[in-house]
Parts: sequence; structure tokens; C-alpha cells
Amino acid sequence: MKKFLAVVLILVLAMTAMTGCGDNKSDKTKDDSKAGEPELTVGFIYVGPVDDGGFTESHDKGRLAIEKEFGDRVKCLKIENVAETVEDVVSAGETLVDQGAQLIFSVSYGFMDGTEALAKEFPDVKFMHFSGTKSNNTNFGNYMGAMEQPRYLSGIVAGMKTETNKIGYVAAYPIPEVAIGINAFTLGVQSVNPDATVTVVMTNSWYDPALEKASAVSLLEQGCDVIAQHCDTAGPQIAAQEAGKWAIGYNSDTRDQAPKAFMTAPLWDNATFYTGRVQAVLDGTWEPGVYYGDMSDGYVTLAPLSDVAPEGAKAKIKEVEDKFLAGEPVFVGPIKKQDGTIAVPEGESLKTKDEIWAMDYLVEGVIGNYNIKND
Amino acid sequence: MVSFLCAAVIAGMPLLFATLGELITEKAGNLNLGVEGMMLMGASCGFIAGYITGNPIAAILAAIIAGGIGAAIYAFLTITLMSNQVVTGLALTIFGTGFASFVGKDYVGKVLPDTIKTFFMKVEIPGLSDIPVIGPMFFKQDIFAYGGYVIIILISIYLYKTRKGLNLRAVGENAASADASGINVTLYKYVHILIGGALCGLGGAYMSLVTVPVWQEGVTGGRGWIAVALVIFASWNPVKAFAGSLLFGGLSILGIRLQSMGIHISQYLVDMLPYLATVVVLILSTYKSRKEDQPPKDLGNAYFREER
Repeated sequence: MKKFLAVVLILVLAMTAMTGCGDNKSDKTKDDSKAGEPELTVGFIYVGPVDDGGFTESHDKGRLAIEKEFGDRVKCLKIENVAETVEDVVSAGETLVDQGAQLIFSVSYGFMDGTEALAKEFPDVKFMHFSGTKSNNTNFGNYMGAMEQPRYLSGIVAGMKTETNKIGYVAAYPIPEVAIGINAFTLGVQSVNPDATVTVVMTNSWYDPALEKASAVSLLEQGCDVIAQHCDTAGPQIAAQEAGKWAIGYNSDTRDQAPKAFMTAPLWDNATFYTGRVQAVLDGTWEPGVYYGDMSDGYVTLAPLSDVAPEGAKAKIKEVEDKFLAGEPVFVGPIKKQDGTIAVPEGESLKTKDEIWAMDYLVEGVIGNYNIKND
Repeated sequence: MVSFLCAAVIAGMPLLFATLGELITEKAGNLNLGVEGMMLMGASCGFIAGYITGNPIAAILAAIIAGGIGAAIYAFLTITLMSNQVVTGLALTIFGTGFASFVGKDYVGKVLPDTIKTFFMKVEIPGLSDIPVIGPMFFKQDIFAYGGYVIIILISIYLYKTRKGLNLRAVGENAASADASGINVTLYKYVHILIGGALCGLGGAYMSLVTVPVWQEGVTGGRGWIAVALVIFASWNPVKAFAGSLLFGGLSILGIRLQSMGIHISQYLVDMLPYLATVVVLILSTYKSRKEDQPPKDLGNAYFREER
């Protein structure tokens, strides 16, 4: 009897935990079942929780924008905290298709192979994978934004602010997306401050507040006075604030969390992007393949400069931003790699997504290691 | 180098609290794998209490109570109902993780009030902080860390110099014999599992109150599991647990330190080191026959009086 009771209690514990994690997953579905059949069901596969204050939360703003814009016409489903393995992605996708999803966004680089498998398994369902390199010409596309544009602009802010000419950069993993960000940022820094260097630390994690903060602390102790980041929490900005230095965020406008350090942040405007894709499906104009949104689409943007940002930065940024809006590329030769060899010769530039995403090096002026086995 | 050691102490502090908590629990003969869950319960409740009241003492108390409640669930299941300790501990981790996300939902991205941030600022201890290396390493820390030092000393004295500590170790070694000699086994187990849970809650609270004073989900990032490994690494000795948490804390930030100095070795290799060290200690401990280095003999067994 006692054993039985124990088992029951353990089950209750586990169940409470699960409902605790997932409770608002179901309430949206309930709301919608009252209203008539939706025209389209959209599914989201997320790598983290929707309120992580970073990457997943910024994408979830897209989902919320869809719900707001289309109301009862479109139903949204989401699955959070999916592991980056083919099995987990496929099972999450199968669950969504089971519940009627006709358009599925898989929102993490590591979901690429799983999404490819799903696209084969369900040829009638449309899949869009964030930040990947794979697609087909029927039902599988990938999407990405030209984050290098706002990153370059944030580099201008950092380059004008730094006094020690040493800038720190807390990055997540050595993958092309991160390398492009570091390079664009560094070129932005050098455009206003040719003497400054950018020191990179990789945490090998997208989400670990304490580790990201510790990384920033070690950079600050090496003499860096501006900390930029390509990871998801405000940890580096808090470290900068505690040291009386400055920071550039990423993904979300986190100026409330480190008001004395936060200068600006490159941001994704996912509301614009996701509502646009849903509209395309409803109109029948949706296309597979590669979608690469930039500042002129409004998919990527730079947060308004705070009071801490250097004087004159606003005007300088406006000037460069106008060039980008007019279609000028970010990566214009001559660009040298860390070892001094030429990556982009004078007179040439990287224009298309494929050219930019083939980047497997860091530019001169970056201190840090990037030896990636690119597949 | 000194700044690295100093950062290692900060990185090791949550591990220290959690390890001491698990150590006390295991000394009572119970293996509680819910450390990560209890840490998160402590982290979330400590943060919320601190955010609402602006009072650091209230925050710490809330963390202690939250960790204690997590441990109380575990204690009731494993002692009174004699359920499987491993399964119950794992369930507690799942529960604690969900609980922290659930109660913390409205606080994501919120920042602690300044009263708490100033309370946990680094304070130098006059005299001691001037000692080279050791001074800045140990005596230029926050008040929470100093509390950690005190707890190590208290636990060491308690375990090895008091009658009650001896009784506790007897319960962990052989509950039946302890019972026969007149020790209230159930009471001892309950009290020490609760204390263990409270310490784990403090470990979590260190991360949400001191390390990064902004609430974010999953702040502990798996450190509860490292604490379980650390107890083995420390061979159930509180002083060794301190050394171990400094070592593991140091290893966890070694990679990023090397990178920021421009030295490059594989981050994956560095991330592996703490676990490699635990495996090595496990192997070594099977060769050593010293009794003090062995796990409590009754660890993991439910005690049922009539089953003797």
C-alpha cells in the first residue's frame, strides 16, 4: 500500500512539473476551438522556453504578432525546449502535423537535419528552417536575416566608445552565423577606429547566464572596455555595468537590465517577418528556397541608441544605414583574414547570402580562434 | 592569475553550497538526485522574494525554505513511504525545474532592486585581504561567500566533533545498528535531508541573487549534477568538497579565460575536464581502502524497521 502511494505521489510530482512547463501551450488551442475552423495552422519548434528573454522569446514575438494580426483565421501551435537532435525535431514536427499544422517554422540552426527529414516525410506541409543552409524546391525553405548590417552599425558605436581600443565579444559557437557577426562587427569598429581589436571568447552554449557573465568578466579584466555579444542572456551586459564599462546587447532590447552599460543592440524584427510568411501562404504566393531579409525589409534592425552611447554615433550610423538601405554590401574588399591573407580582394564584395555564409574565417583585428570543420 | 583564482571562487560558490547539501543528505544514507531541482526552487523563490521585498535576508530565507520544501517532498517519499531514492530524486529535479519556470514566468528579465545588489557587493575583510594571492581570492568576496566558509567550518565540526554528528554518520553507515543503539533514525534522516535541501536552495540563490541578479530560466545550467559528482570527488568530506568546488569552478571558466588571453585549446576538452576528474577519483577510490573515503554504507537503502 505504502509503495503504491509512493508511486502515485511520484507520478503526481512529475505531472505537476510537466503541466508547470507547458501550461500555456494548451490554452491558446482552447481559445481557438471555440471560434470556427482556422484557415491555416502554423507550428513553431523552439529550442528554448518562450520567455527566455532572448533568442526564442524574440521569435515568439512573431507568433504573437500572427495571432494578433490574423485572429481566428490562423491558429498557432508551439513546442518549446526541443533538443537539437533529428529524433526530437522529427517527433516535435510529427506532433504539430498531427494537430493540423500546415506551415512549420523550426527555429534553431541545430534543427536543420530534423527539418529536412520532416520535409521528406510530409510533402504537403511547408517547412521553414531558421539560419540553415538546406532547402528543396517544393516544401522546404530556410530563412535568415542580414544581421551583418545592424552588427556593423553596432561596431561603429563600439569603435567610437572604446578608450582602451580593446573590445570584447562573447560568442556562442564557432559556426558561420557567429563568424559573420564577429567580422561585420569588427569591420564596423575598424571603420571608425582602425587601431581597435576585438577579442572573442566562445562559451560553447547559447544559454548560460553565469558562464556568459564570467566570459565578459575575463574580457574586462584583459582591458576590454566595450563588451558585445552573440549569445542570449544579459549576463555580459551586467558584467560590463558592474565594471563601470559599456556593452552592446543582442536579440532583445535589454536596456532595463543594465541601464548604465547598454548602448544599443542588433535586433530581429520577427513580427514583420513571420506575419509576412503567413500572409504569403494565405495568398498562395509562398515559395520554398532561401529567404534573406535585411534592414530594408525591416527583418533586422538596430535598437535606438541609449544615453550612454558616444556622441556623434547617431549621425554616423544614419549615414551608413542609408548606404545599406540603398543596397550597398557590408563586406567590401579589401578584407584580410587573421593570418593576413586576402579574403575579399579590393574592388570586390560579398553580395549574396551564399557568398556571405561561406565565411569560414575571422578578419584581421580579431583576436580569437575559429577553426571550424565546415560541412 | 589572481583574478582567475578569484573568479574560480565565484564560479565554485554555487557548487559548494549544493555539494555540502548533498553531502549532508548522503551522510544520512539518502542519495538525493534532486539537487538541480532544489537549486532552481531556491533560485526562483529567493529571487522573487528579493524582488518583492527588496530585503536580502528575506530573499535568503525564501531560498532556504524553498530548497527545504523540495527536500521535504523527497524525504516524505523516501523515508516514510520508502520509495526508490534514485527515481524520487530524478522526479524532484523535473518538478523543481518546472516549478522554477512556472513561478518565475512573470519575473523573466526583471532586475533585483539596488538594496540587494549592494548587500551582495564584494566586501574586503581588513587584514586578511592583504595576504598575497589568498587574500584577494578568498577575502575580497561577497557576504554570501563568507557565509559559505562559515558553513564548511560548522559542518566539519558537526560531523566529526559532536555526538550528533557521530550519530548521523552511524545512521548513514548502518541504519539498523544506529536504531538498535537508540538513535531516532527517521528523525535524523528528515532533519538532515531538509538541511541538505536548504543548502542546495542557497546554492541556486547564489546564482540568481549574486552571480547574475536578473531572473532567467534555467539559471543553474546543470550545476546540480556537477554537485552530485563533486560529493563523490570529495569522498564525502566537507573540506575536500570546498577544494573540489574551487577546482570544478575553476575548470568551468578555464576555457574562456584562456581564450580571452589569446591561448587556444579545444573548448570541448576543457568542458570535459571536471567529469574526467570525477571518473579518475572514482577509479582511485576503489584502490584506496581508507574507510573515510568510502561512501556511507547504507547509502541508497530505505530503512524499514521490521525488515531487519
